[in-house]
Amino acid sequence: MVNHGSLETKDHALKKLLTALSLGLMLSTSAFAANVDPANWPAVLEDAKGETVYWNAWGGADNINAYIAWAGSEIEKRYGVKLVHVKLDDTAAAVAKVVAEKAAGKNEGGSVDLIWINGENFASMKKQDLLLAKGWAEKLPNWKYVDFDGKPTVRTDFTVPVEGQESPWGMAKLVFFHDTAKTKDVDMPKSAADLLAWAEKNPGRFSYPMPPDFIGSSFLKQVLSETIADKTKLLAAVNEAEFADVSKPLFDYLDKLNPNLWRKGKSFPQNYPDMKRLMADGEVDITFAFNPADASAAITAGELPNTVRSFTFPGGTLGNTHFVGIPYNANATAGALVLADFLISPEAQSRKQDPKVWGDPTVLNMAAVSAEEKAVFDGLDLGIATLKPDQLGPALDEPHPSWMVRIETEWKRRYGAAN
Amino acid sequence: MIVPRPKEPIFYAALAAPYLIITLVSVPVLSGLLGTLLPALGYLPALGGNHFSLSAFTQLFAEPGITRSMLLSLWIGLAATIISTLSSAAILGAGFGTRSWAILTRFLSPILSIPHAAAAFGLAFIIMPSGFVSRIISPELTGWVNPPDVLIPNDPYALSLIFGLVIKEVPFLLLMLMAAVGQVDAQRSFNMSSALGYGRLAAFSHVLWPQLYRQIRIAVFAVLAFSASVVDVSLILGPTTPPPLSVNLVRWMNDPDLSYRFLASAGAMVQLALVILLFGLWLILERAGGGFRAYVALTGRRYANDSWLIKIIQFKAWLLTALVLSGIALLGLWSVSALWQFPDALPSGLTLSAWMRAAPSIASPLWATFVLGLLSSALATILCVLCLANIEKNATTYKVMALSLSLPLIVPQTAFLFGLQIAALKSGIGYGYGALILTHLIFVAPYVFLSLSHAWESLDPRYEQMSQALGKSRSRTLLAIRLPLMLRPILTAFAVGFAVSAGLYLPTLLIGAGRLPTITTEAVALASGANRRTIGVYAFLQSIIPFIGFALAFAMPAWLFRNRAAMQAA
Repeated sequence: MVNHGSLETKDHALKKLLTALSLGLMLSTSAFAANVDPANWPAVLEDAKGETVYWNAWGGADNINAYIAWAGSEIEKRYGVKLVHVKLDDTAAAVAKVVAEKAAGKNEGGSVDLIWINGENFASMKKQDLLLAKGWAEKLPNWKYVDFDGKPTVRTDFTVPVEGQESPWGMAKLVFFHDTAKTKDVDMPKSAADLLAWAEKNPGRFSYPMPPDFIGSSFLKQVLSETIADKTKLLAAVNEAEFADVSKPLFDYLDKLNPNLWRKGKSFPQNYPDMKRLMADGEVDITFAFNPADASAAITAGELPNTVRSFTFPGGTLGNTHFVGIPYNANATAGALVLADFLISPEAQSRKQDPKVWGDPTVLNMAAVSAEEKAVFDGLDLGIATLKPDQLGPALDEPHPSWMVRIETEWKRRYGAAN
Repeated sequence: MIVPRPKEPIFYAALAAPYLIITLVSVPVLSGLLGTLLPALGYLPALGGNHFSLSAFTQLFAEPGITRSMLLSLWIGLAATIISTLSSAAILGAGFGTRSWAILTRFLSPILSIPHAAAAFGLAFIIMPSGFVSRIISPELTGWVNPPDVLIPNDPYALSLIFGLVIKEVPFLLLMLMAAVGQVDAQRSFNMSSALGYGRLAAFSHVLWPQLYRQIRIAVFAVLAFSASVVDVSLILGPTTPPPLSVNLVRWMNDPDLSYRFLASAGAMVQLALVILLFGLWLILERAGGGFRAYVALTGRRYANDSWLIKIIQFKAWLLTALVLSGIALLGLWSVSALWQFPDALPSGLTLSAWMRAAPSIASPLWATFVLGLLSSALATILCVLCLANIEKNATTYKVMALSLSLPLIVPQTAFLFGLQIAALKSGIGYGYGALILTHLIFVAPYVFLSLSHAWESLDPRYEQMSQALGKSRSRTLLAIRLPLMLRPILTAFAVGFAVSAGLYLPTLLIGAGRLPTITTEAVALASGANRRTIGVYAFLQSIIPFIGFALAFAMPAWLFRNRAAMQAA
């Protein structure tokens, strides 16, 4: 473990002094960050050397944790930047830390350097000015490989413009899994309505992670998107006056679904790896994940039998991009930039897409990377349980982040508190 | 109290030790309490709370499911404590002086050293519908191809949680009872009672228990407070819709919406009130229990034929021991298993892949666990030795110290850690090893003291009297006589402290801001459902680490005194 004190170089001390002065003069709190300009990359690399990046990232899946550990050892070897993975069970905890630090006046030297983030948490940090100033992500050297034209969610995160305040890391698409040794492919539901009918016929054999788990809330949004009368309402913030009416189909659906869930909806899996475990334990027949290659990765890791296969809804399932963001008061801004840039390098992205490692789809544009790098991507065996890109079905847009917050509280009131 | 002679600097250091302990333990607890109380009352200027109000409490009681959460906490605290106390009394009563007891006591320290979270994981995998027991008998006996849809663990009445607490509290209370039993004349009491025709259990209950209970009372109250406010075990085994109050508190404390800090603080104060209420209830139960015992005694019935009951109790004791140990063994098995589907009784193959995958990320939490554990328990042990070496049991300082040391055991962690976290953040000492070592010391010192003081006081005073009569200075007596004789209990106390530190979850999480993860915080973070193989890796490590401490405490004196026959382990 790194001794913090040893990192306090003269340079740092000077910066701290400058920041203190600028604060004293009531200047912008991002003065510290302004010293680190991603457009001047050599200076960033120089600055980053010897820094320790505290990356706050959900830590509930060990293949992802192992990938993060790999990224850490690479950036240490290449750029002399150390990485500490602060494992979270909910990204909101990292946001809370930054919020608390801002409230306590800790405008520099904060405890969080990088956050794995998107959607609701990004919207909330952006709104509260808790992120590093706009534009940095699109100035990273490896940004040129990113498929910002072909993948609109790279620049619009849950309807909120990204504006270069978070750097894309991976693509997500809601995909369902079942074990062909136990259930037939033809019996698998083709829509949310189908799923309800299936659950009523097979009580106790399906569940979803307990909101506010990210994947659990995403399932609610999938149902919301499929059941809502006027989909355009999801593009804007929740209108409290009509919420009850607009969300009624969703909660009617859940009222019928929940009693037919695993444990009759009195307990829920904590997250999607927990659902995978339930499937391996024979407790449920259908699970889902936000990663099309998740089942293949689990088969490789010996967590699921090799008879598991994927399916989606022909009418479409939610799709989005996940990112990394840097808090305005990060202690190792330069190091965080170096890490964010490394994460969108073709090398790091192709490794991430390998189901033997993680299987998370790339954010890169295959036309922008070199021929050799493209060959690496093309050569990846996506695994027996992974659907081909053209089989994944259309991607539904994520609703405005306020919907997630609102349906989470409503869910808790209805199902999370009283039984 | 003996006035130290000049030229003995060690005793000047010793004079400061009790005050240091009092300060290091009670100041953080009390100021943390205040730091939680103020936001609970709406005052926390950093978050825009500038005037006092009760709105946080209004908001708290409007939270969905809050009444049930509070009732759950009360129920869990009461049930776990009653069952643990009665079980440990029964086990001691049935076993004391027997061969079975002698063997059982060897398992006490290892079981005690297994962190709560690891024991809970192990238990969960044994008892769940797709767990080990069910796998052994399925599908042959049950016909189950899929596990039955029964809500265990996480059942709404918290029975699995209570069970998970009991399996760890019973060994704790037994260890306390073992220390206490040395202070009463147990064997002769048994002999006399049996001469009067009383059965073993009746003799224990009428004669020994009242004397023993008085000595372990503080430990029982600690169990009560702990069970009612535990976070990590609740996360693993407890009900979820809604969870017990303590789990809600930590969620609110971590909510990005800062106004929830006020709610969390108010909730922490309610948690404190619940614990105080439980103490009140317990006092009533003590009276009722005492009255009942007296009534039974007055009937004059001897209950001489209790051997069947003794057998059942002994069987139960062994069952509990086997349950905890096999839980850990199963976690170890999971950590090396390939695909292991229900209803297979054993994994389809063995692989080290989970260990290899975890290896790169294990090093730093492992290091943090050792640094925090070794330094905080070394500090605690040194301070406790200095205190015990220098103050008499009747001195006021001793009483104040004992009171301070009981604070962290009976005040619920959430009630003062929230305030302490805010203070650590504001004072800028947060996050580092320094702050965390001091935080661990708060929880480690009481257990080190509990573990050491009995042994210290039971040493025959004539050894030291003789040394001083021979003209040796007090320092010399301490170094040449007392400490060598006390080496084993000192090392055991150190190992207890190390085990406590290694198992600390909430303090490490809150004061370390998650930046100094230990094996325990990692294991509980993974409890949020990750791959059972990885949980196996961490929980297995979690159980092995404290065990190393006990192994050393056992081996070191044996090696140091290898040429001293009389100093070998009894």
